[in-house]
Amino acid sequence: MPRFHGQSNHAPVDIVNQLQKQYVDYLSSLFHEGVLDDQFTQLQKLQDESNPDFTVEVATLFFVDSDKLINNMAAALERSPVDFKQVDADVHQLKGSSSSIGAMRVKNLCITFRSFCETQNYEGCLICLQQVKNECAVLKDKLQNLFRMEQQIVGAGGSVPLMD
Amino acid sequence: MESCNCVEPQWPADELLMKYQYLSDFFIALAYFSIPLELIYFVKKSAVFPYRWVLVQFGAFIVLCGATHLINLWTFAIHSRTVAYVMTIAKVLTAAVSCITALMLVHIIPDLLSVKTRELFLKNKAAELDREMGLIRTQEETGRHCALWMPTRSGLELQLSYTLRQQQNPVGYTVPIHLPVINRVFSSNRALKISPNSPVARIRPLAGKYIPGEVVAVRVPLLHLSNFQINDWPELSTKRYALMVLMLPSDSARQWHVHELELVEVVADQVAVALSHAAILEESMRARDLLMEQNVALDLARREAETAIRARNDFLAVMNHEMRTPMHAIIALSSLLQETELTPEQRLMVETIMKSSNLLATLINDVLDLSRLEDGSFQLNIATFNLHAVFREVLNLIKPVASVKKLLITLNLAPDLPEYAVGDEKRLMQVILNVVGNAVKFSKEGGISITAFVAKAEYLREARPPEFIPVPSDNHFYLRVQVRDSGSGINPQDIPKLFTKFAHNQSLATRNSGGSGLGLAICKRFVTLMDGHIWIESEGIGKGCTATFIVGLGIPEKLNESKFPVLPRGSSNHVLANFSGLKVLVMDDNGVGRAATKGLLLHLGCDVTTVSSGDELLHAVSQEHKVVLMDICTPGIDSYEVAVQIHRLYSQHHERPLLVAITGSTDKVTKENCMRVGMDGVIQKPVSLDKMRNVLSELLECGHQMSSLARV
Repeated sequence: MPRFHGQSNHAPVDIVNQLQKQYVDYLSSLFHEGVLDDQFTQLQKLQDESNPDFTVEVATLFFVDSDKLINNMAAALERSPVDFKQVDADVHQLKGSSSSIGAMRVKNLCITFRSFCETQNYEGCLICLQQVKNECAVLKDKLQNLFRMEQQIVGAGGSVPLMD
Repeated sequence: MESCNCVEPQWPADELLMKYQYLSDFFIALAYFSIPLELIYFVKKSAVFPYRWVLVQFGAFIVLCGATHLINLWTFAIHSRTVAYVMTIAKVLTAAVSCITALMLVHIIPDLLSVKTRELFLKNKAAELDREMGLIRTQEETGRHCALWMPTRSGLELQLSYTLRQQQNPVGYTVPIHLPVINRVFSSNRALKISPNSPVARIRPLAGKYIPGEVVAVRVPLLHLSNFQINDWPELSTKRYALMVLMLPSDSARQWHVHELELVEVVADQVAVALSHAAILEESMRARDLLMEQNVALDLARREAETAIRARNDFLAVMNHEMRTPMHAIIALSSLLQETELTPEQRLMVETIMKSSNLLATLINDVLDLSRLEDGSFQLNIATFNLHAVFREVLNLIKPVASVKKLLITLNLAPDLPEYAVGDEKRLMQVILNVVGNAVKFSKEGGISITAFVAKAEYLREARPPEFIPVPSDNHFYLRVQVRDSGSGINPQDIPKLFTKFAHNQSLATRNSGGSGLGLAICKRFVTLMDGHIWIESEGIGKGCTATFIVGLGIPEKLNESKFPVLPRGSSNHVLANFSGLKVLVMDDNGVGRAATKGLLLHLGCDVTTVSSGDELLHAVSQEHKVVLMDICTPGIDSYEVAVQIHRLYSQHHERPLLVAITGSTDKVTKENCMRVGMDGVIQKPVSLDKMRNVLSELLECGHQMSSLARV
C-alpha cells in the first residue's frame, strides 16, 4: 500500500468533504450489513500519531492469521479420521481473531462452525468452512476499499472521520 | 563463963542438918528477892495492870520474907544480939505484911477470876452474834429478788428468762400472759406495785418462814430491728413486752418509795435498749451466717457453671472439628470437580452440591456462633454486598425444594430497595433462607411470597412491637422483609415459644419437622445484632403464617467499594486518563486479539509486552509489570493455573502484578473461577477503550485489596 502522511497537496475542501462523506457512507453500510461491528470502531479509535497505521496493521494481521487457520482447517477436514478437536481449536482461534477485529459475520459463522465441530458433523463443518472462507474474502475486499478511501482522504489533506 | 552478949542457938550444932537448912534459907531468900523483880519487870512491860497497889503489897511481903530468910542465915552460927534484933524486927514486919496481903487477896482473887469469865462470855457472845448476822444476811438475800420474764415465741406465755441467782430458780418456768396483773402492768408505762402472791412474784416455792416483801413490776418494751429507722428514734409501736419484777427482801420493813419506782422505770428502759441490741446483734449474726452459706453455695454453683461451659465448649470444638473435616472434603472435592469437564447438567448438580455444602459449613459455623452469641463475643462481618443478589441466591437455593412440593415462590423487591448495602451478607442470607425455608417446610401447597422493601419511619412506628422504633438516617436504612406462606399456620399461643432455642412445637408436627429448633433462635439473635426485630404472625392452624423481620443496613458510600469491578457502570470520579509508563504484560495466543489488546493499551500510554502462552508469561513476568492481562478463553492453556503460579511466585512480595482476565463468556462460573484463583479483575470481551480505561484505573486505585476480597 502506498504510504501516506498527514500532509499532502491541498485539494479543495469540498473534495475532502465529499471523500469523507463517501467514506462514512461506506463504513456505515459495512456496519449496517453486519460485516463489521463496534469493535472495529474501537480499533479505529486507537489510531493516533504514535500509532498511525494501527488499524491497517491489525487488519493485515487478521488476514494472514485467518488464511493460515482456514488452510489448517481445510487440511484437517480432508484427513481421515477427522480430528474435530483440532478443527474446533482452529475455529476457536478464528473466532477470537474475528471478534477482536470486529468482523461480526465471520465471528458468528465461527460460532456455528464450533457447534458443528462439537457434534462432529462433517458436512456441517465443510459447509461452514466454505462460508467462512467466503466471508473472509469479502471482508478483506471491503477493508481494502476502506483503507484506500482513508488514504485518499489523507492524501487530499483531510482527516479520517471516526464513527461514533 | 564470961558474960558475952552472945546468943546460943537453940539447937545443938548438928553439922549436916545445919548445912541443909543454911542452904535452903539462902535459896529461899534468893527466890523471894527475884520474884518481885520479875513482877516489876513484867508489869512494866504490860500496858495495863489495874492492881498496882496489890503488886506493891505483894512485893513488900515477898521482900520481907526474903529478908527474913536472909537474916536467918546469920543465926546458924553464933551471932550478936544486933543480928537477933534485926531478925526479930524483920520477922515481925513480915508477919504483919503477910497478914495484910492475905486479907487483901481475899478481895482481889475473885475479881481476877471474874475478868476471865467475862472474857470467855464475851467471846461466846461474839460468836453467837456472828452466826446471827449470817442468818440475817441470808434472810435478806433470799428476800430481795429481781426477775425478767420474756414472752415466748407464741406470745401466749411469759417465760422466766433471767433471775438474780440462776442456780436457785428454774429457768423455763412460764406463766400465761393474759393474767390481769400482767395486763395491768403492760398497759401502763410506769412501775406498779403488785401483790407478792401473784405468780410472777412467786419465784421460789415459799418456805414457811419468809413473808415476801413488796413487789414492783414494770414493763420492758421489746424493740425489734424494724423499729430502728435510720433517722428516727425507735417507735414504741411494738406490742411485745417483757416483764421485770423486783422484790424487796422478806421480813423487811422497807417499802418502795416513789423515787425508787422512777429509778425502776429508767432501769427498765435501759433494759429494753439492751435487750434490743442483743436481739439485733443476734439477728445480724444470723444474717451473716446465712450470707456466708449462700456465698459458698453461689461459689459452688458458679464453678459448676464454669465447668459446664468449658465442657460444652470443648464438646462444641470437638464436634465442629469432626463435622468440618468431612465438610471440607466435600467442598474441596466439589470445587475440584467443578473445574473438570462437565456437562451442563452435571455442572448444575455440582454447583448445587457446592452451595448446599457451603450452607452446611455456614450452619456448622453458626452452631459455634450460637455459643459465641450467648457468650456475647460474636461480631458481625460488615462489608458491602449486593442486596438483590442475596435475594436471588436464596431464591435459587429454595427453588428446587419448592418445585418438588409444587409451591409457587414469588419474590418482590421494592424499586427503591438499594442494590448495594453494607452489612453481614452471610448472616442476612442465612436469616432470609431460614425464614423462607421454614415457610417452604411447613407448606404443603399453595405459594410463598417474599417481599422486601425499605421500611419508612412512619411505617416503622406502627410495627410491632411498639417499643422498637428504629430511625433511619442518611447512611443507613431499614430493610423489611415479609415472607407469607399458605401453610399449616401456628397456634397463636405457641408463637412466643418459636424463638426459644430447642423448643419443639408439637402442633407443627409434620413429616419434615426435623431439625434442632435452633434456626429461629439464631435468626432472632442475628436480627437483634443487626439492630432489628423479627416476629411471626399467624391467624391459627391451617391459616398460613407471615414472618416479618426488619434489619438495619448501611448505605455504601462509594460505588468503588463494590467487591468486583467486573463491569464498570459508567465512569467513576477518579479515572486515570493517562497510564503512561505503566508496564503491562499481555498473554493471548490469538495474534489478532493480542494486537488489538496491545493497541488498546498503547493508546492508553502503557508500556506493553505480549506473550502468547502461559510458559512465556511466567518467564516474562517480573516485578516491574504492574498488570498482567490474560485471555482465558484459549483452550489448552490453563490460565487459572498460570494465575496460581503467579500467586505462588509473588506470595512473599507485595509487588505482585495485578491479574486481570479477559474472557468472552458471561457466565458466573468463569467469574467465580477467576475469583477463586485470585484474579484481581475480569474484563468481558468485547473490550472497548473506555472499558479498559475504567478497569485499569479502578484496579490501580484499589490495588491488591480486590484480590483479597476476590479470594472469598
